[in-house]
Amino acid sequence: MKVWPIFKKEMRLYFTSPVAWVVLAVFLAIMGFFFWSIFDYFGRLSMQAAMQPMMGRDLNVTDGVMRPLFSNFSVILLLITPLLTMRLFSEERRSGTIELLLTYPVRDGAVLVGKYLAALALYGVMLALTLLYPAIVLYFARLEWGPLATGYLGLLLLGGTFLAVGILASSVTENQIIASITAFGILLALWIMGWAAESVGGTWGRVISSVSILEHFDTFSRGILDTKDVVYYLNAIALALFLTLRSLEARRWKG
Amino acid sequence: MIDVSNLTKHYGPVTAIRDVSFSVAPGEIVGFLGPNGAGKSTTMRILSCFLPATSGTARVAGYDVFKDSMEVRRRIGYLPENVPLYGEMRVAPYLDFVAEVKGVPRAERTRRVAEAMERCLVTEVQHRLIATLSKGYRQRVGLAQAIVNDPHVLILDEPTIGLDPRQITEIRSLIKSLAGDHTVILSTHILPEVSMLCGGVIIINRGSVVAQGTIDRLVDEFFPTSRVLVQVAVPAAAVREGLAAVPGVVAVHEQGVPGDGTWLVESPRGRDLRGEIFQLAAQRKWPLVELRRVGATLEEVFIRIVAGEDTAAPGPGRDGEGAA
Repeated sequence: MKVWPIFKKEMRLYFTSPVAWVVLAVFLAIMGFFFWSIFDYFGRLSMQAAMQPMMGRDLNVTDGVMRPLFSNFSVILLLITPLLTMRLFSEERRSGTIELLLTYPVRDGAVLVGKYLAALALYGVMLALTLLYPAIVLYFARLEWGPLATGYLGLLLLGGTFLAVGILASSVTENQIIASITAFGILLALWIMGWAAESVGGTWGRVISSVSILEHFDTFSRGILDTKDVVYYLNAIALALFLTLRSLEARRWKG
Repeated sequence: MIDVSNLTKHYGPVTAIRDVSFSVAPGEIVGFLGPNGAGKSTTMRILSCFLPATSGTARVAGYDVFKDSMEVRRRIGYLPENVPLYGEMRVAPYLDFVAEVKGVPRAERTRRVAEAMERCLVTEVQHRLIATLSKGYRQRVGLAQAIVNDPHVLILDEPTIGLDPRQITEIRSLIKSLAGDHTVILSTHILPEVSMLCGGVIIINRGSVVAQGTIDRLVDEFFPTSRVLVQVAVPAAAVREGLAAVPGVVAVHEQGVPGDGTWLVESPRGRDLRGEIFQLAAQRKWPLVELRRVGATLEEVFIRIVAGEDTAAPGPGRDGEGAA
């Protein structure tokens, strides 16, 4: 499998074009703002709690800072991951480079995996940069390591799923904008489906809520590692990548 | 080295190529000719394993392009028509990436890339972004990526299109230098290019192969007569009859503007009538202005074949406005 050269090429393209830098900068600016406002709010809450001992009992920095931060993170992901993946196949198709790439002695699967891993690596960098926030919290207070670890694992799986859906959208069109909007639409639909679950109720309600992409993230941010949720994300990733592979193949037959 | 038999490709209801068969011997340079939309690119895309054929088989370097696609891909270098390259990459890292994907071992990679750049004359731009290169350089970078793994077979789709005359000459001499240890199939519109570069020719029209062979053989087949161009500075009628009466003359056609006294005289192949015509002119006191043999060019062959196809007339031997 020649995944490595494809991976290196994609990383090179991410960082030679301004895309990766702009996405990182915007992402960090927004996350920084969220962190500041959450941390500041929690700080003021703690001050009040110091005067009212009854209230202070339930205050916990993991639940009070990291959980809301993770939840904000997951919303920003929805907006940002389609931007990371929109180029991957659309641009190759538009510029025709796909014709060369797919005649090199490398399987379609290796091309796909290389590209996916590159997007995942860039996302990993984003994720790693946000470790600054727990580090700041740690300077002032004690953090529980368990929920922090499961939270980050959850973000990795959630982001990985978003990227897989994004790469699928990128493989069906030559237009980057259409690719990113399609990805955004699919993700948003999977997201807000969860809201319908309650009103539908019954068996269908349970089906809808178990398909909804965010329901599964909630457990991670609470510090619970549930196989069901891990399997959900891994399955979703595998399904999206499999469909991408089929879409690449279909394009070949259509010419 | 390349064996194609009964290859057919449909795009939905459109038939791009129908029952295409030909073969190319190792070390040969073959020109693939045809009008726009004749199916040249489609055939090349099938040979390079980009598109699957609807039916028929193609073998490149001994492997089937569909069943042993990876083996074929390891042994070919392909240059698509529009030379798609990654504009945001620099030349040397791009070629290094191609070499790596094509499976050139790490130890040889630097040397192979340097060699390919040198052969294609792109060494001086190796640190430039591909997007900033001129058309000529892009074309040569495209060729460099095709030869970087030292493939057995090169498939070049219009390698000289859009270049200036000097660049065309450079690319041609590059392709010529590749012959021998590489088998090359190249498509082009430029017919003199084929005469210059290629041993063999395959002419394709409306999706079917209409002629193939060496250029000499095609000329023989489609122009079975020797031809002499005669210009005399006297008016028409008598000259035509006189020429037609010369023993051995098969046909006489008026050439150029009617009435300016230019005639094309056909005789059986190998029979040179210039002596007889000179004698005739001397006898009749026609001032002979020009007398020369006319060889058929590939252009004429091509036009005769393709025009013949398009009017659905029996191709060869037609009264030749093709010679005009």
